[in-house]
Amino acid sequence: MTGFLETMFSPGSADMILTIGTIVVKIAILIGIVLLHVAYAPYFERKVIGHMQVRMGPMRVGPHGLLQPIADGLKLFFKEDIIPAQADKSIFYISPVICLFTAMSTLAVIPIFGGFVIANINIGILFVLAMSSLGAYGIVMSGWSSNSKYAFLGGLRSSAQVISYEIAMGLSLVGVIIMSGSLNLTDIVAAQEAYPLKSFIIPQIIGFFVFCVAAMAETNRTPFDLPEAESELVAGYFTEYSGMRFALFFLAEYIGMLLMCAIAAICFLGGWNGPFEVPYIPFFWLLVKVYAFMFIYYWVRATVPRYRYDQLMSLGWKLMIPLALFNVVLTGTIKMLR
Amino acid sequence: MRIITGMPGQYIPSDYLPILIFMMIATAFGLGTLVVCSIFRPRRTYAEKLTPYESGNPPIGEPRMRFSVKFYIIAMLFVVFDVEVVFLYPWAVVFDKIGLFAYVEMMLFIFILLVGYIYAWKKDAFTWD
Repeated sequence: MTGFLETMFSPGSADMILTIGTIVVKIAILIGIVLLHVAYAPYFERKVIGHMQVRMGPMRVGPHGLLQPIADGLKLFFKEDIIPAQADKSIFYISPVICLFTAMSTLAVIPIFGGFVIANINIGILFVLAMSSLGAYGIVMSGWSSNSKYAFLGGLRSSAQVISYEIAMGLSLVGVIIMSGSLNLTDIVAAQEAYPLKSFIIPQIIGFFVFCVAAMAETNRTPFDLPEAESELVAGYFTEYSGMRFALFFLAEYIGMLLMCAIAAICFLGGWNGPFEVPYIPFFWLLVKVYAFMFIYYWVRATVPRYRYDQLMSLGWKLMIPLALFNVVLTGTIKMLR
Repeated sequence: MRIITGMPGQYIPSDYLPILIFMMIATAFGLGTLVVCSIFRPRRTYAEKLTPYESGNPPIGEPRMRFSVKFYIIAMLFVVFDVEVVFLYPWAVVFDKIGLFAYVEMMLFIFILLVGYIYAWKKDAFTWD
């Protein structure tokens, strides 16, 4: 503590304040961009699914429904906040904040382009996986504290699903780490430049497949949206949440989806490297890849029906984990022989 | 937060300082939204509104009921297999540097794990009925 105080009042304290100020400004810019994206991701989703079902999607609010996200946000902001009488109040209050906290903090290690990453730590992937594990706490706590049968079942299902697919996801990334020799996400992108298409997509195709399936299960998206299967569980673990608390869960879910898309683009598709350089927009190709992946999320939602819970579990444990392990052994063997 | 004060007047922040700040901002954002929102939103509650949602019927029985033992088995399997993934990570990072010895060692490790995996499969730990 004295060391900290000495630093605070040493001549270098101006440097420290400047450094912290720069970091805060960077974080504010990143959060601003991400929130803008998250506001329009559901709009994009509704438009895509609408057109796939020969509908128009949102059209009423603003030209082509472009102001719909603002209307939705305002509505949620002014909604009454209902907390069930028998709920465990403090846990009920805190769990949406935990979900949002884990999803948002992960953004710190995601590189947007060559030099722009908020925390350039050497354990990037490990941090991402650790944070997504912590996200399960928010889900379990909300399901437990609501004191509702639907929420309880949703929370149970969700936590079992998330931890099952986390193993497959962790294993699918081991192949990428063997090939790049680093856990740092910027280094992984740099390592991909030597490979065809400037990406690991061809040598790591099995890993990419496992990662895609696991990413959909991790973010509770269709066809693995059993925790919030509306035809049987109403809304799953956030059945009892309303107004802004519900909005925080929603925000966390869409930030989680965005993160999964970004990690897929960075680890398997070559990040911000593209067929040619786009002047002035260094993050152009990353954005294109993220949006393409996002589109696939929506496409799958419009195409595939929901899995049954036993099918979901046996797919995870009996197919995805052996496949990912096989990929690890295969990548290691090929790397050893060369 | 690691502060290196090697030279007087020089300040070098740790790589993890931005993460700490990011976590603080994320928490403040979540809590701040709820606090600001609590000023504006209406508060018109009555007893029926505060009952747990059960399609309009009065709730019957204890909501936190007993649940399938399968969830416990999944949780235990997760602990075993996740530790294995954690062991694979450092091996994968230094794969280039340590060569054949580590490769053989790790294949042995995966083989032993596979035996356990097949045992769990044969014991029907992965089937859900």
